[in-house]
Order: sequence, then structure tokens, then C-alpha cells
Amino acid sequence: MRMHRVLAGVMTAMLPCFAPAQQDTQKEIERYRQLLQDGNPAELYEARGEELWKTKRGPKNASLEQCDLGLGPGVVKGAYVRLPRHFTDTDRVQDLESRLVTCMVTLQGFTPEEARRNPFSGTGTPMITTNPYSGVGQRSVMTDLVAWIASESRGMKVAPPMSHPKERLAYQAGEKLFYYRAGPYDFGCVTCHGEEGKRIRLQNLPKMTNAKDAQRAFGTWPGYRVSEGELRSMQWRMWECIRQMRFPELEFASDASIALIAYLARKAEGGTLDAPSLKR
Amino acid sequence: MWPKTILALALCSTWVAGCATRTSDSEADRAVAEMMKASFKTRGQASVDRLKQDEVQALCSKHAGELPKDASDAIEKAQQATLRYPGSGKLMGDWRQGERIAQSGAGKQFTDDPTRPAGGSCYNCHQISKQELSFGTIGPSLYQFGKLRGSSEAIQKYTYGKIYNSEAFSACSNMPRFGHNGVLTEEQITHLVALLLDPESPVNK
Repeated sequence: MRMHRVLAGVMTAMLPCFAPAQQDTQKEIERYRQLLQDGNPAELYEARGEELWKTKRGPKNASLEQCDLGLGPGVVKGAYVRLPRHFTDTDRVQDLESRLVTCMVTLQGFTPEEARRNPFSGTGTPMITTNPYSGVGQRSVMTDLVAWIASESRGMKVAPPMSHPKERLAYQAGEKLFYYRAGPYDFGCVTCHGEEGKRIRLQNLPKMTNAKDAQRAFGTWPGYRVSEGELRSMQWRMWECIRQMRFPELEFASDASIALIAYLARKAEGGTLDAPSLKR
Repeated sequence: MWPKTILALALCSTWVAGCATRTSDSEADRAVAEMMKASFKTRGQASVDRLKQDEVQALCSKHAGELPKDASDAIEKAQQATLRYPGSGKLMGDWRQGERIAQSGAGKQFTDDPTRPAGGSCYNCHQISKQELSFGTIGPSLYQFGKLRGSSEAIQKYTYGKIYNSEAFSACSNMPRFGHNGVLTEEQITHLVALLLDPESPVNK
């Protein structure tokens, strides 16, 4: 991992050198991504995640092997691209991460609080501006599991089910949340993701109502973020956007977070999952 | 709701977005309101009160992308009435300080120190000086802003006002209302005005 942190530093340090021509910077970042694609550090998370899935943990000393991710107990292959979905036992629409919380509680006997603790690698408060590498290395069971489970859908088409009324309601609620502007900056998701071909600084922004953009964006989470030296999940992506929107904190695995993910999954329908990916 | 859904399902054999099985808008609104309450928590300076929309935010959310003309006029008129200019009458500060404020993207996040002044996040969305190549494109380029417009009192007033409350000039603009919403101080805004209008500023070179 240390090597990758060094690489992350090198990449960040490289940026100013390429500043004289932005097009070149973009190209260099693309090239750098290509170079690393063969050895994506996400593989380490995936390997740990697979091990954790089979490991007996918690007060009930049970593994997650009987966890139902929507395709039946223990079926992992293809499960990620068919989430979020409605689950009969909880009568809730759930994404992967909230579903894993459910399984950790029902199968392993953790309390919901324990299962939701430390959902993101590192400090749990990533992107603290003064030191993006603070807390790197603190592992998250949730992040590791997400990496492996997503990898088991690699190359498959995103196809969230939409037949249950609660699935449709989640989509509609997610759409409303997407356009909801509030806070001291008047921001909403739509501020940055409502127009095509825009950037924040040098970062390209996907327009989420455009299928091609949404497919690429949705299909590359989770991803290993070189700038942070951590693997990041879709829940983290929502949490971090909401923080930058100057909203209060979005609770991990909350219904609003799931509604947003349900909306985006639907917009990305038909796209191919290329995750865990490698990101800037 | 069930009989209605079954009837609607019978009417449309395949589900397509926007089909009659869509839950009513008011029901979705209620669901959103409940979700918001249960899904966010106050952290640091970012309290849950921030989720409460003012009239502008509510209208712009409701009419995303297609604001009717009368609503747009009403927003701009009401927001014009909020404009406040510095008592000193001095609208142009120091462009060097303006550049630092334009560079900083800090402020109002729950990870920001609330005792430190916020930045303007200007480069996040705008090209400004030619030297800074890492700029965003959500807003228009402001390079040569003053060179093209001059720095008359009227232009100074417009520039100050636009930063103070963008909604007074362009309803549902993506740009935050930096003065009206208490993000930047009067003095900070005068520095940004100088960055854009001072003939000595790199913006106008």
C-alpha cells in the first residue's frame, strides 16, 4: 500500500508540471490511469472482502455466506448491478451497503450501530483539506466487502429492478432530492451534474440525466481513488458530494442516500459495470 | 394505493418512466420530507436547519431547468430588494487579496473551521486570471472582465451586487448568494470586485 501512496503523491505532484496545457494534463491523467489499470490497488480490498464474507464474526460467530443480496441467500455474482432493490424481510429499498448492515445484524448478531460503524476506510471523514492522507490505512470491513461484491458484477449490465411500488417511490424521491437546492450556497446535486461537459477546476462532471454520462459515472463506483489512497464506495460518493454542497451530514445507509443511489442506478441502466475502478 | 397501482399496471403492460403507475407527486414530496428528516444530522456548523428552503431555493428546485418568466421576474425583483452596499461607498478593494479569496474553496462545510473566513470558490467554476489554468467551467469565463466593461461606478455596483446576490440578476443562477447568505464579508466582496475590475489586476492584463 505504501507504494501506492507514493504513487498518489507523485501523481498529485505531477499536476502542476502539466499545468501549462490543460488538455495535456487530462491526457496524462488518462495515461496514468491506463498504466495503473493492470495493477489496481482495489484488488487488495477485493481479496480482503472475499475473505471477510466467509469469516465467522460477531456475537453469533457466523459468516455472511447466507446473506441475501437480492438474488437469494449467498448469491453474490451479479447482485451488485441489480441493486438497489426492495427486500421483503425489511420491507425497504436497500443498496448494497445498507443490505450488508442488515446481514451483519441478522446473521452475525451485531447491533445496527456496530454494523454501521466505520463505513469508509481511513478516518471516516475523508478529504479533510489540510491532509488528504490523514488516517489512511484504517481498514473498513464494509469497504472491503463492497469491493469484492462489486467485482463479482464486473462486466455486467446495470439493471436495477423497478417493479415494486417502493422501488418506484425511491426513484421518484431520489429525483426530487437530486433537484433539491438548499443551504448557504443554494447548491443541489443538479448544480454540478445538470449540464453537459462542465468541470470543477480540472475535474470533469457527469451530467446525471444523460445516459452515457450516468453509465460511466455509476459504472465506475466503487473505485480506488489515487488522490486519497483509498477505495471509495457509492455511499461515500453521496456522503462526500453532500458535504461539499454544504448540507448537514448524510447518514450512512439512510433512506435519502439509498433514494439518490436508486435514481442514479436507474439513469445508468444498461451501462456496464467497470468497478472497482481506478480514479484520480 | 394498491388497487390504483394494480389498475395502472393492468393499463400499461410494460413499465416505463413516467407511466401512470408513478406515485403521485404529493406522495413523493411527503416521502422526501420524511427521508430528509431521518437521513441527515447536524455536524459542526452544518446544522439540519440548512435543509429548510427559502422561497428562491424552493422555486428553483421545483422548476429546475424551466423557470416560468413570471416566477423568474418575481425572484429577481424580490432579491434586488435584498442588495446592500458598503456604508463607506468604497466598492473596489485590493485585487491581490481578491485573488487569494477567489482561489480558496473553503467555507461552510462541516469539515471547515467556522472561525476562519470562507473563500469565494471562484476558480471552481470560472476562468479568471490567465495564469491559473486549473479553473472550472460551470460559470462563464471572467478573464478580461474589467477590460471589456471598464470600471465605472455603475459597473462596480453591478459587479458587487452580482457577487452579493446573483439571484437578483439571474433567477436560479448556479452561483451562491455570497453576501446575502453571509458567506463572504463586505470587505471580501470589494476585494473580488477589484480582482475583476482593477486595471492592474492580472484579469485585465
